[in-house]
Amino acid sequence: MIGADAVAPIAHAPVDWFAIAPEIALFGAALAIVVLRSVVRHDDRVPTASMFIAIAGVAAAGVFTGVQWGFVHGNGPYQAMSGLVAVDGFAVFVQSVILGATLLALLLSGGYLRRENLESPEYFALMLCSATGMLLMASANDLVTIFLSLEILSIALYVLAAFDRKRLTSQEAGLKYFLLGSFSSAVFLYGIALVYGATGTTNLTGIAKFFSTVVLLHDGVLFVGLALLLVGLGFKVAAAPFHMWTPDVYQGAPTPVTAFMAAATKAAAFAAILRVFVGAFHVYEVDWRPAIFGLAVLSLVVGSIAAVVQTDVKRMLAYSSVSHAGYVLIGVQAATDKGTSAALFYVCTYAVMATGAFAVVMLVARRGDDRHALTDYRGLASARPVLAGLLTLFLLAQAGVPFTGGFVAKLSVFSAAIDVGQYWLAVVGMLTAVIGAFVYLRIVLAMYAPPDDAATAEGPRIVVDAGTGVALTIAAGAIVFLGVVPGIMLDFAHAATQLLAH
Amino acid sequence: MIALSYPDHITATYYLILAAILFTIGAVGLLVRKNTLVMFMCIELMLNAANLTFVSYANAMNDISGQVIVFFTLVVAAAEVAVGLAIIIAIFRRRQSVSADDVDLLKG
Repeated sequence: MIGADAVAPIAHAPVDWFAIAPEIALFGAALAIVVLRSVVRHDDRVPTASMFIAIAGVAAAGVFTGVQWGFVHGNGPYQAMSGLVAVDGFAVFVQSVILGATLLALLLSGGYLRRENLESPEYFALMLCSATGMLLMASANDLVTIFLSLEILSIALYVLAAFDRKRLTSQEAGLKYFLLGSFSSAVFLYGIALVYGATGTTNLTGIAKFFSTVVLLHDGVLFVGLALLLVGLGFKVAAAPFHMWTPDVYQGAPTPVTAFMAAATKAAAFAAILRVFVGAFHVYEVDWRPAIFGLAVLSLVVGSIAAVVQTDVKRMLAYSSVSHAGYVLIGVQAATDKGTSAALFYVCTYAVMATGAFAVVMLVARRGDDRHALTDYRGLASARPVLAGLLTLFLLAQAGVPFTGGFVAKLSVFSAAIDVGQYWLAVVGMLTAVIGAFVYLRIVLAMYAPPDDAATAEGPRIVVDAGTGVALTIAAGAIVFLGVVPGIMLDFAHAATQLLAH
Repeated sequence: MIALSYPDHITATYYLILAAILFTIGAVGLLVRKNTLVMFMCIELMLNAANLTFVSYANAMNDISGQVIVFFTLVVAAAEVAVGLAIIIAIFRRRQSVSADDVDLLKG
């Protein structure tokens, strides 16, 4: 018999709750919704209550993020949970963007679900789970944490994409996203395994330290691993040539989910790309920069040219999302602090303008979520001038017109590229911006054209519910704010980049 | 009798090459097969190839963390199975088919 004193107590690593407080707030709200759902079964108010719980969770997470920013600003960045999670300005910036995008998506969802008769609390719980994964991804400082957060965010999104059970296109979007998403996760995981084999660690700081002391003579395994990591994350940010799923999934998924996917997922995945490549593999800059250069050029060209031939507005916006990934990659491949903060600012601006544009698309689609053809937009300006004006604003912002956030964002990524002598990349970016502008103007012209026949003018009235109205107002205000006084957010992005925990 | 010569010592390299082959089979299978269930199994194969790589490296480097990662992967794979099969079943109920070729409403 073994004496009780022979059993040593299991040593627990101290858990720094403060470091993961925003994630806990979101996940706690998700659990609260699930509990509420199972306790209160037959009550029509549960979905609405769930939405408010979700918004409260996002607000609480926002408060914790703010407190973290104050702490990081005063005491400097640090790492928690034995290096798995970083608490730094970079994480706080990306988390704020993700929380903002989640808030807007939640506001859009309430009215949408009611319109489509899909009201259920699970939707909000899933969206919060997905947002939790994204927050974790923004602060992840270990390849394993990145993989886990990637899966947390993706698995919830697969369900959300397929959420409209009555619409076959939604299920199809879910299946396509699931197959290609888990393929990319598996590729990413194998990439982690190879990097682990080459460096002996999965910790990003550990990898950076390893390369500062060791020079690998045989780095083939490392390069294959690095390439696989890039493929895995490239899928998530929808960079060409890993963008095949984007148009189908964006088109088929419920429109608020599309907005959430476009805005928040991109922000989270770009945070991971920046941390892995610009942060941990800084030493191999010479090797990965050409790869990202190629991805950027391909995304810009494919995204803008493929959008031209589309007739479905949701698909157009999906391809434009591919080209926006290209613009962010311009900032990433500069591999400088300036490039990183430009990429961060771009991601923030894109989140606002994508959510705004998809919000209007959601309203125009009306009940059934199927009026997405360009012809459905004819005569919108005379029927609903405010909505048409808002969509024009968001599209012009995406085109990069001055006095909108899109202009400042494009300008900052281009100037980051020019600073490191990548003139060609900037030229390609500007040329594709012109092609992109043509696509956006096509939608705008359709809206301001007279309705061509009576059939399109008919159909149910466009109803703007309160939540969507608030979301549109916030998005429109934010995009003008980012364009007229960009200094505040640019300073925030700059400070965030400086406070990166290496 | 056929004389087979075995290497005296099975090193990590053998496992790593096996894992690479498994991963390739999974990746190619996912791209060429049309049955969504088979595609799904290919994804599992890829995940397990990564697991095998982790374990082989962990063993070779005498480092426990690579083995711990495998547990995380297993949990993730289980969660993916639950969600993936649910989506496939939902589609099957509507179409009576699990072929990826029939999933063709979204294109353009």
